[in-house]
Amino acid sequence: MEKAIKKYLPIFVLPTFLAFLIGFAAPFLLGLWLSLCDFTTVTDATFVGFSNFVLAVQDTVFQHSFWYTALFTVVSVLVINVIAFAIALALTRKLRGTNLFRTVFFMPNLIGGIVLGYIWQLIFNGILAQYSQALNLNEWYGFVGLVILVAWQQIGYMMIIYIAGLQSIPGDVLEAAAIDGASAWRRLVDVTIPMMMSSITICMFLSLTNGFKLFDQNLSLTAGEPSKMSEMLALNIYNTFYGRVGWEGVGQAKAVIFCLIVVAIGLIQLRATRSKEVQQ
Amino acid sequence: MATKRGRSALNWAGTGLMAFLCVVWLLPVVVVLFNSFKNKMFINLEPFELPTEQTFIGLENYQTAIDKYGFLDSVGWTVFITVGSVAVILICTSMCAWYITRVQNRFTKAVYYLCVFSMVVPFQMVMFTLSLIADRLGLGTPWGIIVIYLGFGAGLAVFMFCGFVKTIPIEIEEAALIDGAGPIRTFFTVVIPIMKPTFISVGILQTMWIWNDFLLPYLVLDTTEYKTISIVIQFMKGSYGRVDMGAIMAALIMAVIPVVVFYLSCQKYIIKGVAAGAVKG
Repeated sequence: MEKAIKKYLPIFVLPTFLAFLIGFAAPFLLGLWLSLCDFTTVTDATFVGFSNFVLAVQDTVFQHSFWYTALFTVVSVLVINVIAFAIALALTRKLRGTNLFRTVFFMPNLIGGIVLGYIWQLIFNGILAQYSQALNLNEWYGFVGLVILVAWQQIGYMMIIYIAGLQSIPGDVLEAAAIDGASAWRRLVDVTIPMMMSSITICMFLSLTNGFKLFDQNLSLTAGEPSKMSEMLALNIYNTFYGRVGWEGVGQAKAVIFCLIVVAIGLIQLRATRSKEVQQ
Repeated sequence: MATKRGRSALNWAGTGLMAFLCVVWLLPVVVVLFNSFKNKMFINLEPFELPTEQTFIGLENYQTAIDKYGFLDSVGWTVFITVGSVAVILICTSMCAWYITRVQNRFTKAVYYLCVFSMVVPFQMVMFTLSLIADRLGLGTPWGIIVIYLGFGAGLAVFMFCGFVKTIPIEIEEAALIDGAGPIRTFFTVVIPIMKPTFISVGILQTMWIWNDFLLPYLVLDTTEYKTISIVIQFMKGSYGRVDMGAIMAALIMAVIPVVVFYLSCQKYIIKGVAAGAVKG
């Protein structure tokens, strides 16, 4: 079998491999190299060691966007997962209209980030205007707005994963607990949640990386207003590249730092899901 | 009897609560919908008022979005880029995944792990250099961007296809090969039909991503000539001079309609695809 198909490598693998080199590998390696260089166009790049990283870490706007992003991520992970789990619990109770509810809750997930941002901008500015306020006047309006926006967008997605998890719990385990006199709350905390740990881990990490990488929604809802105070990491990197001439190297250094954080989260996720699998 | 009645009361309460939440869920889109029929002067002033005789202007905003901002062109390009890229991704990455699963050597292993690695790397890491390379290679057209989507989307697709190929019994393919079918014929007539569910899952996930993608086409495409839906809306809002809120409302609604139609017509597959793609980090 192996021998028969081996010489077909150029047909089967080459198209994907070449596109992968152009679309990922080459930009990635070039990006790593350029983070150590001073440049405006690639041809004038000169090696400067780690000074870009020093400038990046000392940039107070970058620091602010890091903490803003971290706080946003924590809050949004909690809000999304608690509500999604609660809705998933309700929708596995054989309520009337479950299919309709599921359809509606999931729908925002398919709408693009830019579109979502402008939909909610209208709503939030409409509400804030009644108090003579606007989204671009206070960074915390943008913060709350973004949390509501991503909750609206992602709750349906996480709900689907939670529903799949809930449906895979064998009914007799819950029945046995009920016969032993466990209250509904105890059954939830001591039976359902432990048996759902793999779904919970997946959803936590999905919302965690989504929160960290948020860009489109941030750009369209607040665009970093007021004066970059609601700028998250991804938008900060974008603005460093395209908004400050001479800072391209620093932008690339920020991108490398950002990449390291996201990869680290990914690796922790991998370990967490693996160890959970062993337990079950 | 009493507990039964109690439970059904609880169920009604649950249904009521969920129905209420559903209305809340739909409200933002509904608000945008009725604002899209209002004169642009009234949208920012009173966004929550229904159109009245004074503010209602029919489909004028839609006309503006289409005529002045070329919205329909952008829908065309978005469809072209999405369909083209997803088709190319499905064919190329499924072939690649089958080969690297069936032929085990150092090279194929390296390809697999590179794909897994690329899944975790955020776009910001490569965005600047990718746009430079794409520009240098002249890939800033809707045709060229397909190559980039294949390269950047390969990670998840190859990973998901590999996961599935591992579960296909090798004997089926061996039988086809022994019967005299070459590897290419074996792949297209035997392997692809077996992989159909994964094709649908991968296709759905990639469609959702590429259709809504903003930054990659914005940086790579020559935006003076080709705009996708997200790019047009960003231009309408973020560009020069006065913002035409009416046209934006109409554009938002026209952006949401195809998504909703697509969703309602293949909901079953979309939800399956989402569950299958949940491994993605």
